[in-house]
Amino acid sequence: MSADPANPDPSGWTRKDLVGIRELSAAEIQLVLDTATAFKQVGSRQIKKVPALRGQTLVNFFVESSTRTRTSFEIAATRLSLDVVNVSATASSLSKGETLKDTAHIFQANGADLIVIRHSSAGAAQFLAERLRACIINAGDGANEHPTQALLDAFTMRERLGDLRGRHVAIVGDILFSRVARSNIHLLTKLGARVTLCGPSTLVPRAFERLGVRVTHELDPLLPEVDVVNLLRIQQERQRKEYFPSLGEYTALFGLTKARAERLKPDALIMHPGPINRGVEIDSDIADSGRSVILDQVTNGLAVRMAVLYLCSNARG
Amino acid sequence: MPIPAEAAQILDAEAIRRTLRRMAHEIAERNAAALAAGTLALVGIQSRGVEVAHRLLTDLEQFEGRRPAFGTLDISMHRDDLRRRPRITTIQPTHLPFVLEEKTTLLVDDVFFTGRTIRAAMDALSDFGRPARIQLACLVDRGHRELPIRPDFVGRELATAPTQRVFVRFSATDAGLPDGVWLEPAAQPRP
Repeated sequence: MSADPANPDPSGWTRKDLVGIRELSAAEIQLVLDTATAFKQVGSRQIKKVPALRGQTLVNFFVESSTRTRTSFEIAATRLSLDVVNVSATASSLSKGETLKDTAHIFQANGADLIVIRHSSAGAAQFLAERLRACIINAGDGANEHPTQALLDAFTMRERLGDLRGRHVAIVGDILFSRVARSNIHLLTKLGARVTLCGPSTLVPRAFERLGVRVTHELDPLLPEVDVVNLLRIQQERQRKEYFPSLGEYTALFGLTKARAERLKPDALIMHPGPINRGVEIDSDIADSGRSVILDQVTNGLAVRMAVLYLCSNARG
Repeated sequence: MPIPAEAAQILDAEAIRRTLRRMAHEIAERNAAALAAGTLALVGIQSRGVEVAHRLLTDLEQFEGRRPAFGTLDISMHRDDLRRRPRITTIQPTHLPFVLEEKTTLLVDDVFFTGRTIRAAMDALSDFGRPARIQLACLVDRGHRELPIRPDFVGRELATAPTQRVFVRFSATDAGLPDGVWLEPAAQPRP
Protein backbone atom coordinates (compact mmCIF):
# COMPACT_ATOMS: atom_id res chain seq x y z
CA MET A 1 0.00 0.00 0.00
CA SER A 2 1.43 3.39 -0.88
CA ALA A 3 2.02 5.93 1.84
CA ASP A 4 -0.73 8.48 2.23
CA PRO A 5 0.50 11.74 3.72
CA ALA A 6 -2.89 12.42 5.30
CA ASN A 7 -2.78 9.07 7.09
CA PRO A 8 0.75 7.99 7.75
CA ASP A 9 -0.24 4.61 9.15
CA PRO A 10 -2.68 3.05 6.72
CA SER A 11 -3.32 0.05 8.94
CA GLY A 12 -4.70 2.08 11.83
CA TRP A 13 -7.44 4.54 12.68
CA THR A 14 -6.43 7.70 14.49
CA ARG A 15 -9.49 9.96 14.19
CA LYS A 16 -11.63 10.72 17.22
CA ASP A 17 -14.31 12.19 14.95
CA LEU A 18 -16.07 11.24 11.77
CA VAL A 19 -17.06 14.51 10.16
CA GLY A 20 -17.07 13.63 6.49
CA ILE A 21 -15.84 11.24 3.83
CA ARG A 22 -13.98 14.04 2.05
CA GLU A 23 -11.00 13.92 4.44
CA LEU A 24 -10.70 10.11 4.63
CA SER A 25 -8.15 8.09 2.69
CA ALA A 26 -9.14 5.01 0.73
CA ALA A 27 -7.30 2.91 3.36
CA GLU A 28 -9.33 4.47 6.17
CA ILE A 29 -12.57 3.79 4.30
CA GLN A 30 -11.55 0.16 3.77
CA LEU A 31 -10.68 -0.14 7.47
CA VAL A 32 -14.17 1.04 8.46
CA LEU A 33 -15.77 -1.37 5.99
CA ASP A 34 -13.61 -4.29 7.19
CA THR A 35 -14.41 -3.50 10.81
CA ALA A 36 -18.10 -3.32 9.92
CA THR A 37 -17.86 -6.83 8.47
CA ALA A 38 -16.81 -8.08 11.91
CA PHE A 39 -19.64 -6.18 13.57
CA LYS A 40 -22.22 -7.43 11.08
CA GLN A 41 -21.34 -10.93 12.20
CA VAL A 42 -22.14 -9.93 15.80
CA GLY A 43 -25.69 -9.21 14.62
CA SER A 44 -26.17 -12.85 13.68
CA ARG A 45 -25.25 -14.16 17.13
CA GLN A 46 -27.75 -15.15 19.74
CA ILE A 47 -26.30 -12.46 22.01
CA LYS A 48 -25.97 -9.38 19.83
CA LYS A 49 -24.29 -7.23 22.42
CA VAL A 50 -20.54 -6.94 23.02
CA PRO A 51 -18.89 -5.12 25.93
CA ALA A 52 -16.49 -3.12 23.72
CA LEU A 53 -17.53 0.39 24.85
CA ARG A 54 -19.03 -0.43 28.21
CA GLY A 55 -19.06 2.45 30.68
CA GLN A 56 -19.11 5.20 28.06
CA THR A 57 -21.98 7.51 27.23
CA LEU A 58 -23.28 8.56 23.84
CA VAL A 59 -25.56 11.53 23.24
CA ASN A 60 -27.69 11.22 20.14
CA PHE A 61 -28.21 14.90 19.36
CA PHE A 62 -30.66 15.36 16.52
CA VAL A 63 -31.31 19.05 15.95
CA GLU A 64 -32.94 18.08 12.67
CA SER A 65 -35.49 15.30 12.89
CA SER A 66 -34.74 11.74 11.85
CA THR A 67 -36.14 8.39 12.76
CA ARG A 68 -34.08 5.86 10.88
CA THR A 69 -30.62 7.31 11.45
CA ARG A 70 -31.28 8.08 15.10
CA THR A 71 -32.71 4.61 15.71
CA SER A 72 -29.81 2.99 13.88
CA PHE A 73 -27.22 4.87 15.95
CA GLU A 74 -29.13 4.05 19.11
CA ILE A 75 -29.26 0.32 18.40
CA ALA A 76 -25.63 0.31 17.24
CA ALA A 77 -24.58 2.05 20.45
CA THR A 78 -26.62 -0.30 22.62
CA ARG A 79 -24.97 -3.31 20.96
CA LEU A 80 -21.59 -1.87 21.93
CA SER A 81 -22.80 -1.54 25.55
CA LEU A 82 -22.80 2.27 25.41
CA ASP A 83 -25.29 4.19 27.52
CA VAL A 84 -27.41 6.31 25.19
CA VAL A 85 -29.22 9.60 25.75
CA ASN A 86 -31.44 10.95 22.98
CA VAL A 87 -31.85 14.71 22.67
CA SER A 88 -33.98 16.44 20.07
CA ALA A 89 -33.88 20.13 19.21
CA THR A 90 -37.22 20.92 20.77
CA ALA A 91 -36.25 19.16 24.00
CA SER A 92 -32.88 20.89 24.21
CA SER A 93 -32.07 24.39 25.38
CA LEU A 94 -31.40 25.38 21.75
CA SER A 95 -35.09 26.23 21.75
CA LYS A 96 -34.40 28.64 24.63
CA GLY A 97 -31.66 30.37 22.70
CA GLU A 98 -28.60 28.49 23.91
CA THR A 99 -25.85 28.23 21.29
CA LEU A 100 -24.89 24.94 19.69
CA LYS A 101 -21.45 25.16 21.24
CA ASP A 102 -22.82 25.73 24.74
CA THR A 103 -25.31 22.89 24.41
CA ALA A 104 -22.57 20.51 23.27
CA HIS A 105 -20.31 21.61 26.13
CA ILE A 106 -23.13 20.81 28.54
CA PHE A 107 -23.28 17.26 27.13
CA GLN A 108 -19.54 16.92 27.55
CA ALA A 109 -19.63 18.29 31.10
CA ASN A 110 -22.31 15.70 31.79
CA GLY A 111 -19.84 13.02 30.83
CA ALA A 112 -20.70 12.38 27.18
CA ASP A 113 -17.87 10.49 25.50
CA LEU A 114 -19.45 10.50 22.06
CA ILE A 115 -21.89 12.92 20.45
CA VAL A 116 -23.78 11.97 17.30
CA ILE A 117 -25.07 15.14 15.72
CA ARG A 118 -27.52 15.90 12.96
CA HIS A 119 -27.93 19.56 12.13
CA SER A 120 -29.42 21.61 9.32
CA SER A 121 -26.26 23.70 8.98
CA ALA A 122 -23.30 22.43 6.96
CA GLY A 123 -20.19 22.37 9.13
CA ALA A 124 -21.97 21.86 12.46
CA ALA A 125 -20.14 18.59 13.15
CA GLN A 126 -16.75 20.04 12.15
CA PHE A 127 -17.41 23.04 14.40
CA LEU A 128 -17.96 20.78 17.42
CA ALA A 129 -15.14 18.37 16.53
CA GLU A 130 -12.66 21.25 16.72
CA ARG A 131 -13.91 22.37 20.13
CA LEU A 132 -14.75 19.26 22.14
CA ARG A 133 -12.79 16.35 23.56
CA ALA A 134 -15.78 14.07 22.94
CA CYS A 135 -15.95 12.11 19.71
CA ILE A 136 -18.18 13.88 17.19
CA ILE A 137 -19.96 11.70 14.65
CA ASN A 138 -21.71 13.51 11.83
CA ALA A 139 -25.17 12.08 11.20
CA GLY A 140 -25.88 14.65 8.49
CA ASP A 141 -25.06 18.36 8.34
CA GLY A 142 -27.25 20.38 5.99
CA ALA A 143 -26.47 19.57 2.37
CA ASN A 144 -22.82 18.84 3.18
CA GLU A 145 -22.16 15.25 4.26
CA HIS A 146 -23.78 12.15 5.72
CA PRO A 147 -20.73 9.93 6.04
CA THR A 148 -22.27 6.87 7.70
CA GLN A 149 -24.89 6.67 4.94
CA ALA A 150 -22.18 6.63 2.27
CA LEU A 151 -20.25 4.00 4.22
CA LEU A 152 -23.27 1.74 4.56
CA ASP A 153 -24.06 2.20 0.87
CA ALA A 154 -20.50 1.20 -0.02
CA PHE A 155 -20.62 -1.70 2.42
CA THR A 156 -23.80 -2.97 0.75
CA MET A 157 -22.30 -2.61 -2.72
CA ARG A 158 -19.07 -4.31 -1.68
CA GLU A 159 -20.99 -7.16 -0.09
CA ARG A 160 -22.86 -7.82 -3.34
CA LEU A 161 -20.32 -6.81 -5.97
CA GLY A 162 -16.90 -7.25 -4.35
CA ASP A 163 -14.21 -4.71 -5.16
CA LEU A 164 -15.78 -1.44 -6.33
CA ARG A 165 -12.91 -0.43 -8.61
CA GLY A 166 -14.25 0.10 -12.10
CA ARG A 167 -17.87 -0.40 -11.05
CA HIS A 168 -20.35 2.14 -12.38
CA VAL A 169 -22.78 3.73 -9.95
CA ALA A 170 -25.65 6.02 -10.96
CA ILE A 171 -26.95 8.43 -8.36
CA VAL A 172 -30.35 9.65 -9.45
CA GLY A 173 -32.51 12.48 -8.23
CA ASP A 174 -32.03 15.45 -6.02
CA ILE A 175 -28.27 15.84 -5.93
CA LEU A 176 -28.16 19.57 -5.25
CA PHE A 177 -29.71 19.31 -1.80
CA SER A 178 -28.32 15.91 -0.96
CA ARG A 179 -25.64 15.26 1.64
CA VAL A 180 -26.02 11.58 0.84
CA ALA A 181 -24.97 12.28 -2.74
CA ARG A 182 -21.94 14.35 -1.70
CA SER A 183 -20.67 11.72 0.72
CA ASN A 184 -21.31 8.97 -1.82
CA ILE A 185 -19.47 10.85 -4.55
CA HIS A 186 -16.39 11.33 -2.34
CA LEU A 187 -16.40 7.74 -1.17
CA LEU A 188 -17.02 6.02 -4.49
CA THR A 189 -14.44 8.06 -6.37
CA LYS A 190 -11.86 7.35 -3.64
CA LEU A 191 -12.52 3.63 -4.00
CA GLY A 192 -12.11 3.84 -7.77
CA ALA A 193 -15.73 3.48 -8.86
CA ARG A 194 -17.22 5.50 -11.73
CA VAL A 195 -20.06 7.76 -10.74
CA THR A 196 -22.74 9.28 -12.96
CA LEU A 197 -25.23 11.76 -11.54
CA CYS A 198 -28.63 11.95 -13.17
CA GLY A 199 -31.64 14.19 -12.65
CA PRO A 200 -33.26 17.43 -13.79
CA SER A 201 -30.68 20.11 -14.63
CA THR A 202 -32.02 22.28 -11.82
CA LEU A 203 -31.16 19.56 -9.27
CA VAL A 204 -28.03 18.18 -10.95
CA PRO A 205 -25.95 21.16 -12.07
CA ARG A 206 -22.87 20.62 -14.23
CA ALA A 207 -20.74 22.06 -11.43
CA PHE A 208 -20.65 18.59 -9.90
CA GLU A 209 -18.33 17.48 -12.70
CA ARG A 210 -15.53 19.17 -10.74
CA LEU A 211 -15.81 16.32 -8.23
CA GLY A 212 -14.71 13.85 -10.89
CA VAL A 213 -18.11 12.50 -11.87
CA ARG A 214 -20.24 12.51 -15.01
CA VAL A 215 -23.50 14.47 -15.16
CA THR A 216 -26.42 13.56 -17.37
CA HIS A 217 -30.03 14.63 -17.53
CA GLU A 218 -31.32 11.52 -19.26
CA LEU A 219 -31.91 8.35 -17.30
CA ASP A 220 -32.95 5.89 -20.00
CA PRO A 221 -29.63 5.62 -21.88
CA LEU A 222 -27.75 5.33 -18.58
CA LEU A 223 -29.65 2.37 -17.14
CA PRO A 224 -28.11 -0.51 -19.16
CA GLU A 225 -24.57 0.67 -18.30
CA VAL A 226 -24.64 0.74 -14.53
CA ASP A 227 -23.93 -1.82 -11.77
CA VAL A 228 -25.80 0.16 -9.14
CA VAL A 229 -28.61 2.68 -9.28
CA ASN A 230 -28.92 4.69 -6.08
CA LEU A 231 -32.18 6.62 -6.01
CA LEU A 232 -32.29 9.64 -3.77
CA ARG A 233 -35.41 10.95 -2.16
CA ILE A 234 -37.00 14.08 -3.53
CA GLN A 235 -36.73 16.22 -0.43
CA GLN A 236 -40.02 18.00 -0.63
CA GLU A 237 -39.31 19.79 2.64
CA ARG A 238 -36.22 21.49 1.18
CA GLN A 239 -37.56 22.34 -2.24
CA ARG A 240 -39.42 25.23 -3.59
CA LYS A 241 -41.62 24.91 -6.61
CA GLU A 242 -39.18 26.22 -9.17
CA TYR A 243 -36.80 23.20 -9.21
CA PHE A 244 -39.18 21.06 -11.25
CA PRO A 245 -42.74 21.52 -12.42
CA SER A 246 -44.42 18.58 -10.69
CA LEU A 247 -43.77 15.27 -8.99
CA GLY A 248 -45.65 13.63 -11.85
CA GLU A 249 -43.23 15.01 -14.40
CA TYR A 250 -40.28 13.98 -12.24
CA THR A 251 -41.57 10.41 -12.08
CA ALA A 252 -42.20 10.35 -15.83
CA LEU A 253 -38.57 11.32 -16.53
CA PHE A 254 -36.58 9.93 -13.60
CA GLY A 255 -38.75 7.53 -11.62
CA LEU A 256 -37.58 3.89 -11.60
CA THR A 257 -40.66 2.29 -13.10
CA LYS A 258 -41.04 -1.39 -13.88
CA ALA A 259 -40.25 -0.71 -17.54
CA ARG A 260 -37.06 1.16 -16.65
CA ALA A 261 -35.98 -1.52 -14.17
CA GLU A 262 -36.08 -4.03 -17.02
CA ARG A 263 -33.44 -2.01 -18.86
CA LEU A 264 -30.96 -2.54 -16.03
CA LYS A 265 -28.33 -5.29 -16.13
CA PRO A 266 -29.81 -8.44 -14.57
CA ASP A 267 -27.52 -8.27 -11.54
CA ALA A 268 -27.60 -4.49 -11.04
CA LEU A 269 -28.45 -3.34 -7.53
CA ILE A 270 -31.27 -0.95 -6.72
CA MET A 271 -30.60 1.21 -3.67
CA HIS A 272 -32.43 3.97 -1.83
CA PRO A 273 -31.32 5.63 1.42
CA GLY A 274 -34.94 6.14 2.46
CA PRO A 275 -37.42 7.28 3.40
CA ILE A 276 -38.99 6.24 0.08
CA ASN A 277 -41.61 8.28 -1.68
CA ARG A 278 -43.31 5.26 -3.22
CA GLY A 279 -44.47 6.01 -6.74
CA VAL A 280 -42.21 9.05 -7.05
CA GLU A 281 -38.54 7.95 -7.21
CA ILE A 282 -39.38 4.29 -7.46
CA ASP A 283 -42.36 2.05 -8.18
CA SER A 284 -43.66 0.28 -5.14
CA ASP A 285 -43.21 -3.17 -6.77
CA ILE A 286 -39.58 -2.44 -7.67
CA ALA A 287 -38.79 -1.23 -4.16
CA ASP A 288 -40.06 -4.54 -2.79
CA SER A 289 -38.47 -6.73 -5.47
CA GLY A 290 -35.51 -9.07 -5.00
CA ARG A 291 -33.16 -6.68 -6.79
CA SER A 292 -33.71 -3.93 -4.30
CA VAL A 293 -31.24 -4.01 -1.41
CA ILE A 294 -33.02 -1.26 0.51
CA LEU A 295 -33.52 -3.34 3.65
CA ASP A 296 -29.94 -4.70 3.46
CA GLN A 297 -28.83 -1.08 3.58
CA VAL A 298 -30.68 -0.63 6.85
CA THR A 299 -29.19 -3.78 8.41
CA ASN A 300 -25.72 -2.87 7.19
CA GLY A 301 -26.18 0.61 8.63
CA LEU A 302 -26.09 -0.92 12.11
CA ALA A 303 -22.80 -2.71 11.43
CA VAL A 304 -21.21 0.37 9.86
CA ARG A 305 -22.28 2.62 12.73
CA MET A 306 -20.97 0.14 15.28
CA ALA A 307 -17.64 0.18 13.44
CA VAL A 308 -17.51 3.98 13.38
CA LEU A 309 -18.38 4.36 17.06
CA TYR A 310 -15.86 1.67 17.98
CA LEU A 311 -13.00 3.11 15.94
CA CYS A 312 -13.53 6.75 16.91
CA SER A 313 -14.03 5.97 20.58
CA ASN A 314 -10.85 3.92 20.74
CA ALA A 315 -8.86 6.53 18.82
CA ARG A 316 -9.82 9.16 21.41
CA GLY A 317 -7.91 7.14 23.99
CA MET B 1 6.53 -5.33 14.16
CA PRO B 2 10.07 -6.30 13.15
CA ILE B 3 12.07 -8.58 15.43
CA PRO B 4 15.04 -6.64 16.90
CA ALA B 5 18.42 -7.94 15.72
CA GLU B 6 19.59 -8.48 19.31
CA ALA B 7 16.63 -10.78 20.17
CA ALA B 8 17.62 -14.35 21.02
CA GLN B 9 15.92 -17.23 19.25
CA ILE B 10 14.27 -19.56 21.78
CA LEU B 11 12.60 -22.01 19.39
CA ASP B 12 13.24 -22.66 15.72
CA ALA B 13 10.87 -24.31 13.23
CA GLU B 14 11.89 -27.84 14.19
CA ALA B 15 11.61 -27.13 17.94
CA ILE B 16 8.14 -25.65 17.42
CA ARG B 17 7.11 -28.72 15.44
CA ARG B 18 8.33 -31.07 18.19
CA THR B 19 6.77 -28.94 20.92
CA LEU B 20 3.37 -28.89 19.24
CA ARG B 21 3.45 -32.65 18.65
CA ARG B 22 4.14 -33.21 22.32
CA MET B 23 1.29 -30.86 23.24
CA ALA B 24 -1.05 -32.68 20.84
CA HIS B 25 -0.26 -35.98 22.57
CA GLU B 26 -1.01 -34.42 25.97
CA ILE B 27 -4.25 -32.94 24.69
CA ALA B 28 -5.31 -36.29 23.23
CA GLU B 29 -4.45 -38.12 26.43
CA ARG B 30 -6.35 -35.72 28.68
CA ASN B 31 -9.35 -35.56 26.32
CA ALA B 32 -9.55 -39.14 25.09
CA ALA B 33 -13.26 -39.44 25.91
CA ALA B 34 -14.19 -36.14 24.26
CA LEU B 35 -12.13 -36.98 21.17
CA ALA B 36 -13.83 -40.35 20.85
CA ALA B 37 -17.28 -38.83 21.37
CA GLY B 38 -16.62 -36.05 18.86
CA THR B 39 -17.13 -33.36 21.50
CA LEU B 40 -13.67 -31.75 21.43
CA ALA B 41 -13.35 -28.35 19.77
CA LEU B 42 -10.21 -26.29 19.16
CA VAL B 43 -10.66 -22.53 19.08
CA GLY B 44 -7.72 -20.38 17.99
CA ILE B 45 -7.50 -16.81 19.25
CA GLN B 46 -6.80 -14.31 16.46
CA SER B 47 -4.40 -13.96 15.02
CA ARG B 48 -1.44 -16.27 15.71
CA GLY B 49 -3.38 -18.50 18.10
CA VAL B 50 -5.29 -19.59 15.00
CA GLU B 51 -2.10 -20.88 13.39
CA VAL B 52 -1.09 -22.72 16.60
CA ALA B 53 -4.56 -24.26 16.82
CA HIS B 54 -4.42 -25.28 13.19
CA ARG B 55 -1.16 -27.16 13.69
CA LEU B 56 -2.44 -28.86 16.83
CA LEU B 57 -5.52 -29.90 14.85
CA THR B 58 -3.37 -31.43 12.11
CA ASP B 59 -1.26 -33.32 14.67
CA LEU B 60 -4.32 -34.57 16.57
CA GLU B 61 -5.90 -35.78 13.38
CA GLN B 62 -2.70 -37.59 12.42
CA PHE B 63 -2.22 -39.26 15.81
CA GLU B 64 -5.80 -40.08 16.68
CA GLY B 65 -7.47 -40.38 13.30
CA ARG B 66 -10.21 -38.04 14.46
CA ARG B 67 -10.64 -34.42 13.59
CA PRO B 68 -11.92 -32.18 16.40
CA ALA B 69 -14.22 -29.25 15.57
CA PHE B 70 -12.31 -26.06 14.74
CA GLY B 71 -13.09 -22.39 15.18
CA THR B 72 -11.55 -18.93 15.41
CA LEU B 73 -12.21 -16.19 17.91
CA ASP B 74 -11.38 -12.48 17.76
CA ILE B 75 -11.51 -10.87 21.16
CA SER B 76 -11.12 -7.18 20.21
CA MET B 77 -14.70 -6.41 21.20
CA HIS B 78 -14.21 -7.98 24.63
CA ARG B 79 -10.87 -6.45 25.65
CA ASP B 80 -10.63 -4.26 28.74
CA ASP B 81 -7.46 -2.50 27.59
CA LEU B 82 -8.48 -1.15 24.17
CA ARG B 83 -7.84 2.40 25.24
CA ARG B 84 -4.29 1.57 26.30
CA ARG B 85 -3.40 0.24 22.89
CA PRO B 86 -1.57 2.59 20.56
CA ARG B 87 -3.69 2.01 17.50
CA ILE B 88 -6.70 0.10 16.35
CA THR B 89 -6.44 -2.38 13.53
CA THR B 90 -8.83 -4.62 11.71
CA ILE B 91 -10.95 -7.08 13.62
CA GLN B 92 -10.34 -10.63 12.38
CA PRO B 93 -13.16 -13.12 11.77
CA THR B 94 -14.83 -15.01 14.59
CA HIS B 95 -16.08 -18.28 13.16
CA LEU B 96 -17.45 -21.02 15.39
CA PRO B 97 -19.15 -23.48 13.03
CA PHE B 98 -20.38 -25.83 15.74
CA VAL B 99 -22.63 -25.80 18.80
CA LEU B 100 -20.66 -24.98 21.95
CA GLU B 101 -23.03 -26.76 24.32
CA GLU B 102 -21.60 -30.09 25.52
CA LYS B 103 -18.23 -29.34 23.90
CA THR B 104 -14.88 -29.50 25.62
CA THR B 105 -13.51 -26.29 24.16
CA LEU B 106 -9.76 -25.88 23.96
CA LEU B 107 -8.74 -22.23 23.59
CA VAL B 108 -5.40 -21.89 21.84
CA ASP B 109 -3.07 -18.89 21.85
CA ASP B 110 0.56 -18.27 20.99
CA VAL B 111 1.80 -16.51 24.14
CA PHE B 112 0.34 -16.59 27.65
CA PHE B 113 1.17 -13.42 29.60
CA THR B 114 -1.20 -11.57 31.95
CA GLY B 115 -4.25 -13.76 31.30
CA ARG B 116 -6.37 -10.81 30.20
CA THR B 117 -6.65 -12.05 26.63
CA ILE B 118 -7.95 -15.36 27.92
CA ARG B 119 -10.46 -13.67 30.23
CA ALA B 120 -11.74 -11.73 27.21
CA ALA B 121 -11.81 -14.93 25.14
CA MET B 122 -13.90 -16.70 27.78
CA ASP B 123 -16.30 -13.75 27.87
CA ALA B 124 -16.55 -13.82 24.09
CA LEU B 125 -17.13 -17.58 24.05
CA SER B 126 -19.95 -17.28 26.55
CA ASP B 127 -21.82 -15.06 24.07
CA PHE B 128 -22.04 -18.06 21.78
CA GLY B 129 -23.10 -20.67 24.27
CA ARG B 130 -22.11 -22.66 27.31
CA PRO B 131 -19.31 -25.15 26.65
CA ALA B 132 -19.09 -28.23 28.88
CA ARG B 133 -15.61 -27.07 29.88
CA ILE B 134 -12.93 -24.69 28.65
CA GLN B 135 -9.24 -25.61 28.55
CA LEU B 136 -6.28 -23.52 27.47
CA ALA B 137 -3.22 -24.38 25.41
CA CYS B 138 -0.39 -21.89 24.76
CA LEU B 139 2.83 -22.34 22.83
CA VAL B 140 4.74 -20.09 25.24
CA ASP B 141 4.02 -19.22 28.87
CA ARG B 142 6.08 -16.16 29.70
CA GLY B 143 4.76 -15.64 33.22
CA HIS B 144 3.43 -12.47 34.93
CA ARG B 145 -0.16 -13.55 35.41
CA GLU B 146 -2.49 -10.80 36.57
CA LEU B 147 -5.58 -13.02 36.84
CA PRO B 148 -6.24 -16.44 38.37
CA ILE B 149 -5.98 -18.15 34.97
CA ARG B 150 -3.27 -20.56 33.80
CA PRO B 151 -2.84 -22.79 30.75
CA ASP B 152 -3.62 -26.52 30.89
CA PHE B 153 -1.11 -27.25 28.13
CA VAL B 154 2.14 -25.32 27.73
CA GLY B 155 4.71 -25.69 24.97
CA ARG B 156 7.55 -23.82 26.58
CA GLU B 157 7.90 -21.87 29.82
CA LEU B 158 10.01 -18.75 29.47
CA ALA B 159 11.39 -16.69 32.34
CA THR B 160 10.98 -13.07 31.27
CA ALA B 161 11.00 -9.58 32.69
CA PRO B 162 7.60 -7.85 32.36
CA THR B 163 8.91 -5.34 29.81
CA GLN B 164 10.72 -7.89 27.65
CA ARG B 165 8.95 -8.66 24.40
CA VAL B 166 8.38 -12.16 23.06
CA PHE B 167 8.00 -12.62 19.30
CA VAL B 168 6.24 -15.61 17.77
CA ARG B 169 6.33 -15.83 13.99
CA PHE B 170 4.97 -18.37 11.52
CA SER B 171 5.75 -18.55 7.83
CA ALA B 172 2.02 -19.01 7.26
CA THR B 173 1.07 -15.70 8.93
CA ASP B 174 4.23 -13.62 8.60
CA ALA B 175 5.37 -13.53 5.00
CA GLY B 176 9.09 -14.01 4.55
CA LEU B 177 9.83 -15.17 8.11
CA PRO B 178 10.63 -18.71 9.25
CA ASP B 179 8.72 -20.28 12.14
CA GLY B 180 10.31 -19.26 15.41
CA VAL B 181 10.08 -17.76 18.88
CA TRP B 182 12.41 -14.93 19.91
CA LEU B 183 12.98 -13.05 23.16
CA GLU B 184 14.47 -9.59 23.23
CA PRO B 185 17.19 -8.97 25.84
CA ALA B 186 16.12 -7.58 29.19
CA ALA B 187 16.79 -3.90 29.72
CA GLN B 188 20.20 -3.45 31.34
CA PRO B 189 20.09 -2.10 34.89
CA ARG B 190 21.48 1.42 35.04
CA PRO B 191 25.01 1.61 36.46
